Formats: sequence, C-alpha cells, structure tokens
Amino acid sequence: MVLSRLLKKPFALSPKSVTGIKVAIHVAILFHIAALFYLGVTDNLGADPVKSLLHTTGNWAVNMLMITLLVSPVAKWIPFPGLMRFRRMLGIYSFVYALVHFATYCAFEIQFDWSLITSEIVKRPYITVGFTALLMLLALTVTSPNAIRRRLGARWQSLHNSIYLIGILALLHYTWSQKTLFGDSLFYWAILAVLLVIRRDRLISIVTPGRQRQRKRPTI
Amino acid sequence: MPKPFRPSVKLTENDVTDESVYRQRRQLLKSMGFIGASALLSSSATADWFWEDDDKKKQVLKPLSFSESSEFSTDEKLTPFEKATSYNNFYEFGTDKSDPADHAGELVTDPWTLKVDGLVEKPITLDAAALTSKFALEERIYRLRCVEAWSMVIPWIGFELASLLKAARPLSSARYVAVQTLYDPSQMPGQKSRFVGGGIDYPYVEGLRMDEAMHPLTLMAVGIYGKTLPTQNGAPIRLVTPWKYGFKSIKSIVRVTLTDKQPPTTWNRLAPQEYGFYANVNPAVAHPRWSQASERRITTGGLLSQDRIPTQPFNGYKEVASLYEGMDLRKWY
Repeated sequence: MVLSRLLKKPFALSPKSVTGIKVAIHVAILFHIAALFYLGVTDNLGADPVKSLLHTTGNWAVNMLMITLLVSPVAKWIPFPGLMRFRRMLGIYSFVYALVHFATYCAFEIQFDWSLITSEIVKRPYITVGFTALLMLLALTVTSPNAIRRRLGARWQSLHNSIYLIGILALLHYTWSQKTLFGDSLFYWAILAVLLVIRRDRLISIVTPGRQRQRKRPTI
Repeated sequence: MPKPFRPSVKLTENDVTDESVYRQRRQLLKSMGFIGASALLSSSATADWFWEDDDKKKQVLKPLSFSESSEFSTDEKLTPFEKATSYNNFYEFGTDKSDPADHAGELVTDPWTLKVDGLVEKPITLDAAALTSKFALEERIYRLRCVEAWSMVIPWIGFELASLLKAARPLSSARYVAVQTLYDPSQMPGQKSRFVGGGIDYPYVEGLRMDEAMHPLTLMAVGIYGKTLPTQNGAPIRLVTPWKYGFKSIKSIVRVTLTDKQPPTTWNRLAPQEYGFYANVNPAVAHPRWSQASERRITTGGLLSQDRIPTQPFNGYKEVASLYEGMDLRKWY
C-alpha cells in the first residue's frame, strides 16, 4: 500500500543529482568503450578480438536505442518526468556505439580497403540497412542541441520521429547478419514490438499526417 | 500471533527455470554485452582457462603417437591452441563461438561407435579405442577457411578417410559418402532447443563425392596439437577437408555411409542459395552476405596485428583442382 501511494507521487530529482547521474553514465560508457579497445589491443578479447569488438559495440548501439525508446513510457508510468532529461544523452550514445561499430568494421575487419567497404555497403543489403540507420542516427545527433531544435521548429519533431524507423533498420541489420534466424535478435524484435505497440496512436498519426491536428495528447 | 506466510506469487514446477536456460545463464549475460569482467579475468589466463569454471568438466586430452612430417603440411604460423579451442562453430552446443568450449566435457566420447556402412562389402564398426589405434596416425598442418571469412592454421592428427573407406571395401556402385554427427539431445543442448541450436535440423549431416572422399588431403582427425581432440573441436573423430569451407568438416562423427545418390547436407538444406554441396573455397564466388575474396587470419596478436589476406582458390590446395575439371564452379558453389 505504501509503495503504491509512493508511486502515485511524481518522482523528482535535484539538479545536483541529475548532473551526478549524467556524469556517472558518461564515465561508465566511456570506460566500457576504452576497456574494449584496451582488451582488444592486448589480445584479451577472445580468439577473434575484431569479432568481439564488432558484436559488442553493435549490441550496445541497439541496447542504447531500446533504452532511449523506453524512457518516455517509463517516465509516464512511474511517473517520473525528470527521466526525460537523460533521453538525449542515451540516444546520442546509441549513435556513439554505432559509430564505433562502423569504425571497427572499416579499421579492423576490412582494414581500410575503401573500395571493398564501398562495394560491401552497396552490395550487401544487411550492411546497406545498417549504414542507413547509422546515417539517420547521425542526422538526429547533429540536430540534438537545443539551439538547432528551436531553429527547426515543427520539422525537428518529424525528423526525430525517424527513430522508430531506425529501430527497425537496426534490427533488420542485426537479424540479417546472422547465419540462422533463431538467435538473440529475436528478443530485440519482441522488445521493439512492445515499444511500438505502446505508441500505436502516435505512430498512426505519424503515418497518416492528415489526422495529426486532431491529436490532443502532448508529444512524448 | 504471527501471520502464517503466504507467498503472494504461487510457484509450481512449471515455473522452475529450465535447465537449458540455467546452463545458458552465462551466455545470456554475455549476449547482453557484459563482457568486461569476464574478459579481464581471462587476461591472466593459462592455456586452459575455459575449463576452470565450476560447470565445466575438465577434459582429459591424451597424447597421441603419430608421424610428424607430411608433404601436405603448411609451414605458416600456427593459430594458438587456446584460440583454436575457444572459437568454434558447433551449433549442437550453441550458436556463439564460445559456446562449444563452455560446454566442453558434457559430451561423452568414450564409449563411442563409428559405423561405416551402405554400399560396402564389409561394414565396419570402430569403438573409441580403435579410432586412435586402427590406422597409423600422422600430423597434417592445414589451413582452415571458414565460410564467415576467417581462417586458422591447425595441426591435425589423424588418418586419411581413404584408409577407412578402403578397409570397408566400397562397392563400385558407391558414388558418394554421407557423414553424420551424433544425435543425442540429452548431451547436445542445441538439438533440444531451436534457440540454442539456431533452428538447424539435426543430426548434422555432410557429404562428399567419392573421389573427394578418397583424396589423400581428406583427413579423419582424432587429435590436434599432439593430443586427442577437445569436444568443442569435434571429439572423438571429425572430418577435415581443407580445400572446402569449414562447415564441410563435420564433427563428432558416428556414421559414414556410402551411397549412389548425392546425400543431403545440413547448411545446403537450410539455405541452398547461400551454401552449396561442394562448398569449395572460391574467392571469385561471394556469399550473398559477404565477399569471399579475402579473409582474416586468426593467429596471435590483438586488434592491431590482425591480418587480412587474399583468399586462394581451393584454399591454396591446387592439387584438388583436377577433381572439378569441366565444372562451372560458379554454378556448383
């Protein structure tokens, strides 16, 4: 009883703890990436350090994307509006992991054979969709500062609605890169499906823009 | 008076975590990406760090006696033992490369029975002891090229498949050799669950044309690095066809059957447009999802010393080219 009463009251965080949590997230993620490279260079990342690095960074790009999409529903349920203050940085770290993933592919898997990199991006559908997702994440990242957001006005929201498409492309890239269908990527599809179902009203209004004006609920 | 304890959630037998899930807990954690701590632990490792886990039964690898020099051996730099025995595709134990080593020891390889039957005059049955004693063993240092575009250099110990087939006296009607891995879901978690085994139809089967099977390069391996095979590498006996992609080199064999028809092969059955019956290493024929023109050689060294080298036709084993004269290798990939 006490717990449910507690949960009805919105959670709040002091500006100090927001900063503290943000610093902790920065440190944890940057340490994770640095540790991966350190272990890779010293040959302590399994038999094939290139594959370990590729899979781990790819996995974490998807993890961060899912966590980012989870922020607003969770903030609403608890309710804990302050959680929204972490969403942008989590989204940007999804891009950072994806960028490290792509850089690992270029530098260590293909070893800077640019003609091979280009032809693989064009020829292999799973790489094409993964690369597309990366470019879209880049677009969202560079438009994330408040100043740019204000300048873009309503167009900012429609641009950032592409996060749902990025989620689908990223998982397509993941599943397609596996030799068999039955694998970890199926769990991610289940999570994404739930995240999209939660937003079904919103997604319907995105794909049918005529009805957008009737929407009464605030944008989350 | 104290209230009697009533669990708010009623649990039944059905709620008990399935053993296969429990056994996979590490893999589940790993697949979530928390590799940092375990990787740190392994850095202080000795050769057999992966057997020190509480779940993992220690494997006893017996030294073998064998002749060392072979005209077929390469003098390229060997892949270290720890890498060759911790990075394996053996979906019967899980689809992750580290799964087979993690489940090493769960497979009983003695007693074992290998049967040679089908179109032969004299069917043979070999027990575990006979696998390493019936034929003279020799070491063959071969390149192993995986269809996933990585490669290793491995010192196998074994005998030619030809010796085994000759002992069974093949009939003239025999044109193909079908080879089968053990089917035992109680020992192989991948055969029990589609999510562990990648959704493959088990038992794993492979096949060779008779002339491929009789080629002196084609080896039945019972050991690596001077000792008997670890489970993850296909104990107690496996095939090695060094000019073909690794998935042709079927592991933990229980049956070799001579037939007059081309036998089904596992990966070809799963994805015929990606994996052919022949599966000869061919840099000119790309896999639909990656180029086969080059490969990454796994030996020693970390990220900065990774070698990408051009892939050779037939993985550099030119002596087999005559087997395929007149065949369009783009069509018969």
